[in-house]
Amino acid sequence: MALLEVKDLRTYFYTQEGVVKAVDGTSYVVHEGETLGLVGESGCGKSVSALSILRLIPTPPGKVVSGEIIFQGRDILKLDEDELRKIRGNEIGMVFQEPMTSLNPVLTIGRQMTEALELHMNLHGKAARDRAAELLEMVGIPEARGRLDDYPHQFSGGMRQRVMIAMAMSCNPKLLLADEPTTALDVTIQAQILEVMNRLSREFGTAVIIITHNLGVVARYADRVNVMYAGKVIETASAEELYRNPKHPYSVGLLRSVPRLDETRKAKLVPIEGLPPDLAHLPPGCPFYPRCSWRVEKCLEEYPPFKLVADNHSAACWESERVHREDAVGAAS
Amino acid sequence: MAQQASSSGARQRVGTIGETLVDVQDMQMFFPVSAGLVFQKKVADVKAVDGISFQVRRGETLGLVGESGCGKSTTGKSILQLNRPTAGKVLFEGTDLTKIKGGELRRFRRKMQMIFQDPYASLNPRMSVGSIISEPIAIHKLASGKERKDRVQNLLQTVGLNPYFANRFPHEFSGGQRQRIGIARALAVEPDFIVCDEPVSALDVSIQAQIINLLQDLQDQFNLTYLFIAHDLAVVRHISDRVAVMYLGHIMELTDRDSIFENPLHPYTKALMSAVPIPDPEIERKRERIILLGDVPSPLRPPSGCVFHTRCPIAIDECRSRRPDWRNVGTADKEHWVWCHRV
Repeated sequence: MALLEVKDLRTYFYTQEGVVKAVDGTSYVVHEGETLGLVGESGCGKSVSALSILRLIPTPPGKVVSGEIIFQGRDILKLDEDELRKIRGNEIGMVFQEPMTSLNPVLTIGRQMTEALELHMNLHGKAARDRAAELLEMVGIPEARGRLDDYPHQFSGGMRQRVMIAMAMSCNPKLLLADEPTTALDVTIQAQILEVMNRLSREFGTAVIIITHNLGVVARYADRVNVMYAGKVIETASAEELYRNPKHPYSVGLLRSVPRLDETRKAKLVPIEGLPPDLAHLPPGCPFYPRCSWRVEKCLEEYPPFKLVADNHSAACWESERVHREDAVGAAS
Repeated sequence: MAQQASSSGARQRVGTIGETLVDVQDMQMFFPVSAGLVFQKKVADVKAVDGISFQVRRGETLGLVGESGCGKSTTGKSILQLNRPTAGKVLFEGTDLTKIKGGELRRFRRKMQMIFQDPYASLNPRMSVGSIISEPIAIHKLASGKERKDRVQNLLQTVGLNPYFANRFPHEFSGGQRQRIGIARALAVEPDFIVCDEPVSALDVSIQAQIINLLQDLQDQFNLTYLFIAHDLAVVRHISDRVAVMYLGHIMELTDRDSIFENPLHPYTKALMSAVPIPDPEIERKRERIILLGDVPSPLRPPSGCVFHTRCPIAIDECRSRRPDWRNVGTADKEHWVWCHRV
């Protein structure tokens, strides 16, 4: 069953340089218990699309212009503040990129954790502290009970991110939004954090939207992947299908341009030439046109429809029948 | 597929890898920590680099990997004498850089350049691109007047930028273009050796590939030698000839790039490799992972013996009490250096 359904979401920012169309008509579905990866480069609208789900877009300058976000049958965009508060942190948890700025530096970890438990779970006093300690233990913080009275600065970066995950999971959310949760961390710590997140979401049956630019992280943890470019989802497929058989030139370009750890040196990486477009001045046709090696004249005039190219696999490209990853065979052998 | 690499997988290299260019011998770099309001006194040392030895050969790329705070950037800066090492030697073409200063050191600086991580912080926003690139040419008195101007335009072309950009300012450029400007500045003095300190980690993946390709082209064109510092292991494997893995101020393992990725010997290297996810779901879901416990200890109080013993899955008593030796377990022509009792 669909837990979350985003329909034609548009989030614009009104700036001096013009209207920045950060999210410009994205639609996707998250099913219960599944992990959806949202990938793309900086400025493609991944974070804004996640923040829009919780209505955390700073207004002004930002505004959700149109669309629907149906969460468990209700449109989040139509809820009032009280109803919204019951969902935020309770049914939808969030983990941000920079754990130091998302924790309050003047409150103890224990206080910050019990706050949500009091508010949403009706746990108070000792019961709340017990639960907080239990949660910290679950995310692998040693001597959890003793650390409840510590402040965020007394934790390392990796430990803070564990605390963030414990807090996000504290109310048993149906959906966890993880926005670049490990980008600021080293690889060995990244592996620890992702394993914890993955284990807990499986245990709790929580659906996860993981936003990242790291294609390796997506390959390991995501069931399904949405690739975003210039504010739009340009391809969606299961992780296996997307990596084996990408059907949008941008997805192909992304996969070809990253060096892989399990590969002896190729002659050359194949970069995507050129630069991402300016979101305030998008062309009428496909925004990937100037960087695309499969482009035809039609791409310049009309944005391609998001159409089914295989089972559970859609892409927004006029030429998707021709698009393929020519190095895929070699890479798999 | 004709231009693709041969079965060995190596890129066709125009330049040759030759004699030792940089020889680092037991280098230490400590930063003092002082306390006291009026009378500052030294209370401890941050042991950023604690006795490392390695050579960089002319024409090669030596990758230096490790997690944040392991001392890899400090190593790069100490070689260039931007930090003066606390102890040890840095021989560049046979001359010990730690023993010279002033004009003599400046003459060597012309041969050694650096490319920085942050393309936003490393270019002066008030200088035009032309003056950023021509400044080192002027300082080292390599050219002047029209000749200097021509040289700047050539350099811009070499790094794939329009020569007319010389009159523009850094804020007019994207991250990838700025990194190209930084590279042009480093090339301006025709160096032999470039320390690339995380040159692509601030860039998006599609732009990363452009810069990596550029660095490889320039190496072939000018027979450059790189010390390539990065935390992204896949990038390092792609670009390096040999790789050194650092942890808490020590080099744990150093060997050629394929051996270190396919046959790592040190338990830290093994954990590091297994922690990097590979962008292929089918391979990724079958891989076994070694998840290290805990965090990197503070370089203020590094553990006794082997600094990795607090997180090492195979540590024994000896690891806690005695420092390992830096030894070659490979052969003379296929060196494999490792810092571990248990290998």
